[in-house]
Amino acid sequence: MKNRGLAFKLILLILSSVTLIFLLIFGYNYMYSRKIIIENVEKNAVNLARATVNQIDVVLSSIEKVPENLAYVLERSLCGGEELNNLLKHIVQKNDEIYGSAVAFEPRAYDGETERYSPYFYKSGGEIKYSDLGTASHQYFFQDWYQIPKELNLPVWTEPYFDEGGGNIIMSTYSVPFYRTVAGKKGSAGIITSDISLSWLQEIVASIKIAKTGYGFLISQNGTFVTHPKKELVMNETIFSQAEARGDEELRRIGREMIHGKSGFVPFTSILTGKLCWMVYAPLSSSKWSLAVLFPQDELMADVVRLNKIMITLGLLGFVFLLVVIVFIARSITRPLSVLAGVAEEIATGNLDVAIPEITTGDEVGKLAQSFDYMTKSLKQYIADLTETTAAKERIESELQIAHDIQMGILPKIFPAFPDMPEFDLHAILEPAREVGGDLFDFFFLDDEHLCFNVGDVSGKGVPASLFMAITRTLIKTRATKDMPPEVVLNQVNQDLSEDNPSLLFVTLFLGVLNVQDGTVEYCNGGHNPPYIIRVGGEIESVAMTGGLALGVMEGFAFKSKRLVLNEGDALFIYSDGVTEAMNSRLELFSEARLEGELGRLKGLPVSDVIAGVMGKIRDFSQGEPQTDDITMMIIQYNGSDGKPDIVTSSET
Amino acid sequence: MAHAKLREQCKFIISAALFLIILCGVSVEGAALKKASFIPQWVPQAQFAGYYIGLEKGIYKKHGLDLTIITGGPDYSPSELLTSGKADFASFWLSAGIQMRAGGEKILNIAQIMQRSALMLVAKKANGIETPLDMNGKKVGLWGPVFQMQPRAFFKQYDLAVQIVPQSFSINLFLRDGVDVASAMWYNEYHTIMNCGIDPGELTTFFFHEHGLNYPEDGIYVLEDTYRKDPALCAAFVLASLEGWRYAFAHSDEALAVTMKNLRKEHIPTTLVHQRWMLERMKDLILPEEGEDAGMGGLMPADYSRVARGLRSMGLIESVPRFTSFYKVIRENDEK
Repeated sequence: MKNRGLAFKLILLILSSVTLIFLLIFGYNYMYSRKIIIENVEKNAVNLARATVNQIDVVLSSIEKVPENLAYVLERSLCGGEELNNLLKHIVQKNDEIYGSAVAFEPRAYDGETERYSPYFYKSGGEIKYSDLGTASHQYFFQDWYQIPKELNLPVWTEPYFDEGGGNIIMSTYSVPFYRTVAGKKGSAGIITSDISLSWLQEIVASIKIAKTGYGFLISQNGTFVTHPKKELVMNETIFSQAEARGDEELRRIGREMIHGKSGFVPFTSILTGKLCWMVYAPLSSSKWSLAVLFPQDELMADVVRLNKIMITLGLLGFVFLLVVIVFIARSITRPLSVLAGVAEEIATGNLDVAIPEITTGDEVGKLAQSFDYMTKSLKQYIADLTETTAAKERIESELQIAHDIQMGILPKIFPAFPDMPEFDLHAILEPAREVGGDLFDFFFLDDEHLCFNVGDVSGKGVPASLFMAITRTLIKTRATKDMPPEVVLNQVNQDLSEDNPSLLFVTLFLGVLNVQDGTVEYCNGGHNPPYIIRVGGEIESVAMTGGLALGVMEGFAFKSKRLVLNEGDALFIYSDGVTEAMNSRLELFSEARLEGELGRLKGLPVSDVIAGVMGKIRDFSQGEPQTDDITMMIIQYNGSDGKPDIVTSSET
Repeated sequence: MAHAKLREQCKFIISAALFLIILCGVSVEGAALKKASFIPQWVPQAQFAGYYIGLEKGIYKKHGLDLTIITGGPDYSPSELLTSGKADFASFWLSAGIQMRAGGEKILNIAQIMQRSALMLVAKKANGIETPLDMNGKKVGLWGPVFQMQPRAFFKQYDLAVQIVPQSFSINLFLRDGVDVASAMWYNEYHTIMNCGIDPGELTTFFFHEHGLNYPEDGIYVLEDTYRKDPALCAAFVLASLEGWRYAFAHSDEALAVTMKNLRKEHIPTTLVHQRWMLERMKDLILPEEGEDAGMGGLMPADYSRVARGLRSMGLIESVPRFTSFYKVIRENDEK
């Protein structure tokens, strides 16, 4: 999924969502329609069962009336002989449903003598025939139709039985006991029966047809099948023997419910077809038999199943259609996208002239293509501009390099500067922060004995500062002449700078004149950092201030000179604030304290080594942080008038 | 000359030998298939599966018998058919056999097929009958005299006063609660009751053999005359019948198929499950329990005297016939 294309992701996500939604709708629809059908089936089933049961009960209960009425008659009159025979014959004749009727007397109940007497009239071949059931070959006392009502003292419908004489029709007998009072004692007198053929009942039940294979069946009180479409079951098997044969505990349970007079609506596997059915069952109120009607589930659900099939087919077609549409949409998005991706790759290699495909869809992809077009154009413009700017910058840089070279060129750069003057050693350095800087230093002899030296720092940096520095240096050079004290030089230079200073620049300047014969230094400080004197013993002293302002600030300011003496081996260290204000990455300054410590540590070394040592220390301190200000250092070590320094010989130059 | 005479003699001897061999062959063939007939006491249900499968599988033929089984049923009395000579062998109850012998009929028991009594009483627990004493004052359905010996001895044993109601072959009187207790054969009515929707758990059963009243039932009977004339025939019938039973138990599906076929032929309604139940119970009743003295088909003197004493105490017989005059043991080699 992660590395698949957009089309695949779209198809997968949309189709799985759609499938889920479809299945939910489909499932709900199926469950709900199934529920409705089951409810309807149950309602219809119960109604049908009730109607059929009533239809049967009406017949059976009308038949029940006949022997019951006869019992009423026989209990109240000693009817017998021909009279009884006529009565029985009439009953059989007038009641279509009654196949035969008998009155079976208890021993000696008929006339006080006869042991067995039972006149019986029955239909046979369109005639009414007579027989006495009490002949020697008939022991009616122990037959179910006689014994059961007698023992129970209740009218009873017998279990259905095959009538062997009557052409294999199923019969059942309704037996009613009757009583007579003999010698003041009421006792059982016998049993009156009505035999009925159950073929009409079988017809009623057989006429129940539900869908294609639904049917009804009737079981007796013992669970014996009285009617069933499977003929071999009828009068042969009980619902319980079927349950045993099928190993079906549920069938046995339902069978017990049925013979116990319960009603119900249950799922049931048809004995006939093996199909899953719903079965409704209800008892006959007369004979306690139980009617069951089976509703084949698949046939009743056929409509729902067909609807579902259509829905699934439509769903599948929709699915395929959706698939095609999504593929089309995805392609229409991804095709220009992949073209654009190719173009972007081409652009990335630097080919800005690659043709952007024309996409006129106006959608996001179209906008993307337009953006691409705009981007390449902008990039081209930008590169053109950049080329131009770079050219300009290079030009300026080369000019600056020239300026740097010129600036460096105007500074004294040959050390030792005066190899033939053993009285002193001098070394100086200027490291501009940019190509050109605003610091300056210079030294020159005013006459044979007096060395003029100066260190300055122009406010600001870069080209303006460097030009100002060049002006300052030239002014100093022109103003400092023989016998002119430093204060005068500064007064004049200040005057010159202040007179015409449109850019309001200024310069701090320390200017001193060393008398190489006696080591005295007359100096004037125009707002510059006070230099240090490094005594031969290692003490570091600050040069006393002269209270001067930076030059170029105030026109007509009066500078004052001071004097100090350098003994043999003493050195004067002059520097710009680029030294003490050098910064490291934690924004700490190099500081005077570090400088003083370093100067102390380096005392006695040759002057060039002192400068290099301080410079190295600054570099170590700033740890590669870019230099923010010009660094200028100058050191003059006085060796005495005889040119023999105490500590270091000048031979190393 | 002498040579020619010798040759003639040889020819004669060979011819005579061949003739004799052929004769013997004919006589062996004729002796191998003795005609015999058998009447079981009821319809061809699984109660008699051993005999019918024996006939079907040619087991009787193998034992040299050309057997005919007369179909039994309510219209035939095996004892009558036996004494009248219409049947060579008959199956009936031990109690009936002893009664006949004591009554002067010269019959012999040559095999006691059932070792245990299958007669029982059943009652519905719902009618409050759980122990023998609960039967006191209740209506009990009993069959004819042969079937009443054990129940009456049982009532005496537990000192019960019951109301006896004659019971027909149907169990509907019991199912409708016309009687509280009914007679039943374990292999027949008991299963029918279950197949009318009553669960075994709803019934209380009283097996007589569990109450010291084991009167073994079906046995094979023959006239003393028949036995004296041809003991090998009797042995062949008994041994073939026992083999038939063993075959039926080992091949119950085959035995049931034969049973169902015969019942259908007689238009007797039944179900396969019922016949299967019956055949399984036959196995329980016929196969000797481990540790019993008699093998299959044997009659134990203890069983004999128990039944005979029962008959005498009921007044059904006056004196007990000698065991050895009543029962003839058939052994494996008696056939020859």
